[in-house]
Amino acid sequence: MKLLLGLFISSLRRRRFAAALSLLAVMLGVALGVAVSVVNRSALDEFAHGVRVLSGEADLQIVGPRNGFDDALFAPVVLSEGVAAASPVVELDVRLPGRDSPLRVLGLDLLRSIQIQPALRPETGPTLDAGALLDPDLIYLSPAALQRFGLSVGQTVRMQLGARTIALRIGGVANGFGAGQLAGLMDIAAAQWRFDHLGRLTRIDLRWASGGDTSAARAALKALLPPGLQLVPPAQREEQAADMSRAYRANLTMLAVIALATGAFLVFATQSLSVVRREAEFALLRALGVTRVELLRGVLAEGCAVGLVGGSIGVVVGHGLAAIALNTLGGDLGAAGYFAGSRPALQFDLLASAVFLLLGLAASVLGSWWPAWRAANADIAPALRSSHQPMLPPASVHRRVAIVLAAMAVALAALPPLQGLPVGGYLAVACVLACAVVCLPALAHLLTRSLARWPGLLLGLVRARVAATPSHAVIAAGGVLASVALSVAMAIMVASFRDSVDAWLARVLPADLYVRSAQGAVAVGVEPDALKRLAAIPEVARIEPIRHEQIRLDGGGLPVALVARTVPAEGADRVFPMREMRPCSGDCVWVSEAMSDLHGWRTGQQVQIPIGGGEHRFVVAGIWRDYARQSGAILIDLARYQTLTSDMRANDVAIWAAPGVAADMLRERVRALFGPSLEIASAELIRRSSLALFDRTFAVTYALEACAVLIGLFGIAASFAALAAARRREFGMLRHIGVTRGQIGTLLALEGALVAGIGVVGGMLAGGAISVLLIFVVNRQSFHWSMDFAVPGASLALFAVAMLGFAALAARLAGGQAMRLDAVRAVREDA
Amino acid sequence: MQPLRRRMLGLIAAAPIAPIALAAQADAAVAYPVVRPQRLRFPEDHGAHPAHRIEWWYLTGWLEAAGLAPFGFQLTFFQIRPGIAEDNPSRFAPDHLLVAHAALALPQAGHLLHAARTARSMPGLVGASVGDCYVRLDRWRLWRQADDFKADVDAGEFMLQLAFGPTGEPLLHGEGGYSQKAPGAEHASQYVSLPQLPVRGRVRVGERVLAVSGKAWFDHEWSSSLMHPDAAGWDWAGINLHDGSALMLFRMRRHDGGALWHGGTLRRADGTIQHFGPSDIAWQVQREWRSPRSGVRWPVSQTVRFADRIISLAPLMDDQELDTRSTTGAIYWEGAVRAMEQGREVGRGYLELTGYDKALRL
Repeated sequence: MKLLLGLFISSLRRRRFAAALSLLAVMLGVALGVAVSVVNRSALDEFAHGVRVLSGEADLQIVGPRNGFDDALFAPVVLSEGVAAASPVVELDVRLPGRDSPLRVLGLDLLRSIQIQPALRPETGPTLDAGALLDPDLIYLSPAALQRFGLSVGQTVRMQLGARTIALRIGGVANGFGAGQLAGLMDIAAAQWRFDHLGRLTRIDLRWASGGDTSAARAALKALLPPGLQLVPPAQREEQAADMSRAYRANLTMLAVIALATGAFLVFATQSLSVVRREAEFALLRALGVTRVELLRGVLAEGCAVGLVGGSIGVVVGHGLAAIALNTLGGDLGAAGYFAGSRPALQFDLLASAVFLLLGLAASVLGSWWPAWRAANADIAPALRSSHQPMLPPASVHRRVAIVLAAMAVALAALPPLQGLPVGGYLAVACVLACAVVCLPALAHLLTRSLARWPGLLLGLVRARVAATPSHAVIAAGGVLASVALSVAMAIMVASFRDSVDAWLARVLPADLYVRSAQGAVAVGVEPDALKRLAAIPEVARIEPIRHEQIRLDGGGLPVALVARTVPAEGADRVFPMREMRPCSGDCVWVSEAMSDLHGWRTGQQVQIPIGGGEHRFVVAGIWRDYARQSGAILIDLARYQTLTSDMRANDVAIWAAPGVAADMLRERVRALFGPSLEIASAELIRRSSLALFDRTFAVTYALEACAVLIGLFGIAASFAALAAARRREFGMLRHIGVTRGQIGTLLALEGALVAGIGVVGGMLAGGAISVLLIFVVNRQSFHWSMDFAVPGASLALFAVAMLGFAALAARLAGGQAMRLDAVRAVREDA
Repeated sequence: MQPLRRRMLGLIAAAPIAPIALAAQADAAVAYPVVRPQRLRFPEDHGAHPAHRIEWWYLTGWLEAAGLAPFGFQLTFFQIRPGIAEDNPSRFAPDHLLVAHAALALPQAGHLLHAARTARSMPGLVGASVGDCYVRLDRWRLWRQADDFKADVDAGEFMLQLAFGPTGEPLLHGEGGYSQKAPGAEHASQYVSLPQLPVRGRVRVGERVLAVSGKAWFDHEWSSSLMHPDAAGWDWAGINLHDGSALMLFRMRRHDGGALWHGGTLRRADGTIQHFGPSDIAWQVQREWRSPRSGVRWPVSQTVRFADRIISLAPLMDDQELDTRSTTGAIYWEGAVRAMEQGREVGRGYLELTGYDKALRL
């Protein structure tokens, strides 16, 4: 057995190039999968750590709207039965003028928080009096915040507060925050006062007395809470963070799995061709007494070796990629929002490593299975003859299989999401890919036949060659098909998405200029007084304040965004692009697609929404498209919101210029009013930065596509390299009858292009179908946004031509080996 | 000043972040009213005097329960005015900080059971009322009802539900309640006691609920002054004598161990009051107990000579040390003592010893 394994494994050494390519493919697939998982695990762990640090030993947290709730609730909560300790929290994200990273300001009552968050406490400087802990002008910053903002203890730090800035002195270092957490600690009364949050809390952390956590105590506590407030264990917030990013993570992992599938295909291609080439060798082994099972095992062992080595390297490379991604893109892999501002530390991910190593192994074993089976069951006698021409069996068309696969794809696409994940969509994509591969022989046949009309000796030879060895063509084309299908599908999906986002941005950003205080989750807004002054500028035709709030609906689930904007009488579709709308009568809200997907809200339906500490009844008057908030958003008329909440602030202000006023002039005037620190952006700038953010989000997928294309090209190169030796006699003959070496090169290139062409055509068709699945099933179910189908024709054409060119080049280079032989020797060998 | 300090010590011990309270003493921007001899009125003056820097309501005493040896208890509420950002309209503005401290001295436990709470004042939850005694810190409460004071304190490990009364005539120390604590008229406090206070109620220790009765000593004191710079610590005792008289004695010690100031009051059962000044009192250590935890040697047994009498104080148990160095840096001894005169027990009360590990920097 040892000898046998040595025999087979060492055969990999003989065909180093092909083996290395298979290995590389497996490695890439495993690496991508591991990297995605590691990055996400690291980010989630950091987030969870952050939540744990901030919630300390709390058993429960009272949470509500992001802008807070009435702090009069605190006293009854403390006195509620069974509660041992309660810590009131004001948590605000503020921006330092000119800085992008938000600073999380935590207002704590240190006398109480010490019982729940004992780790979070300021370390005062030696000269500072400890009584300064209550000083309303002091803030204590986490080491990470001091470092990121280049500040030191004793300095004054300015913070953006709506249209104005406030100055606080850095009293010392705040201990207990996680590494990398940009946070500041203040006395709660000071935070309420300085940040205009008087009378509001954003959270109350609770600890039960021992034996205090009874159902009666919980019920008593719940009875105290006004609508919109919820009692949640801190762990639930961690889960929600995981939920938020789960769909994104799942989609990236799926890309890795597809890369792995492509890798499996490559293993299949190279192993098939190698088995064909070694037919005589295998026959000899069989004749020498090696059993079928041993032969089968041997070939499988080759695949295993590839999978194991490639997978192991992939695990290492995956962690390396993750480290790079964490450093350059951050924990959300460039997709802003899930873990904004986080720079988590890399963590070894044992589970993902094991799973993807096994997947890599499975891919290569699967890829080797059919070649191994064929090698074991080949006829010995003909193969032992020296004149035996090794041939792949003819590729046959399984029409019935194709039809079944197509039907399955349609059926799977119609399935609802499973736990928020588009499982049916993924399976449908797999079915489409499989269906396309099954149809490849037919496609190859069709293409070569349609090329029959083309004149020329070389073309004729190419056609004849491809037609004569359809299996070879199909195997090489299969790899191309898979990678092209993936790339085309992603390209169409991304283009559709980008076009839709662009159109959406144009609709939601109608004004000339935007004053923005809301970066990330900043809750402090522009005060009404500043709004009045803004409206009074002569160059301003009109302004429209926008208020963002985040509320929690009954029955748990992720927080839902509440967007308060003036809804014009002409209709809400002036504000957001409505997919469905009906005339509004009475109290109306308009909800995003995610609300109808996640909460089942329909137009015309009556819904209860907790706003301003009370439960209110609204009619859903429309459903709009929203690319900004994946867990759902509700549009409410600003005036109605203000009546319900008495919250007169605005996060953003849209500003229209008076007729004849240039944008620069307007900006100048607004700037003069608010000073240099407030963010003022034109609609165009916001549009561009939003699209830049969009592109950055998809940068990872571009990288994955590039890998897939590379693997596909490897497939071409590998199969041509494998066949090169077998074709020495053929090339010798051609040289003998006067074909030049250059012409043979062209022949190889054209063969490569034709084979790739088959794959590209198949890939385009499959990719088109997959893009439909991605757009209408996977994306809709993962992120709850719809988009208009758009095909980037020019890019795809360019891509196809480039694929053909690269394939030609790959075939020419890989086959070059056979051309170098002397024509006479080659023919003699034949004789 | 010294009882003031004595109570400040309790405060440090009780506060999880004691430096807040301490700093509040040293570094305030507000003008605190200075105590002056004045006529006190009751029950108004049982209530809070929130303009002052510090004020406390302090109950100590001996309790008896069926089947148990007599044991001591102590319950204190402090109110501190930090004088920081008093213009902050927030509900959480730290206009006042309240510190509450409860301890049980059970001989069979061998050491003190104690618990502390600290919080900023907040309407309806934490605060001390003006006009009559009503002090609350979350669920811990001390208030006056009819002729009784009532205390309700659940510290988890133990619980006190006690009623104190009838109160009798308040004992005003010094000049009608104006009590000097150290050289210099500014080192003074308003100091009122309700000694010989009958107490009854319930005490829960662990799972065990005891019906208790006994005698308590109630102090109410307020001031705005700081500790004398020459003072290193103090010894204080408040004793209910069995003959119905009440005795309070204190000494403020210098850094070298010598006495900086002495003071005391004796009210006889017939109501006649005798005040003692610095020259009337002398303290002498009889026995020291070395704490195995801290290594500090506490003079747990002392003899006090005042007027013509000599009373020795013998502890209920030696280990009544409160070591809160890990949280506050303070370590002190506060415990139930028997007063002995000519070899027999003449009274019971509490003794407080501070500044024996190092000079208290207050």
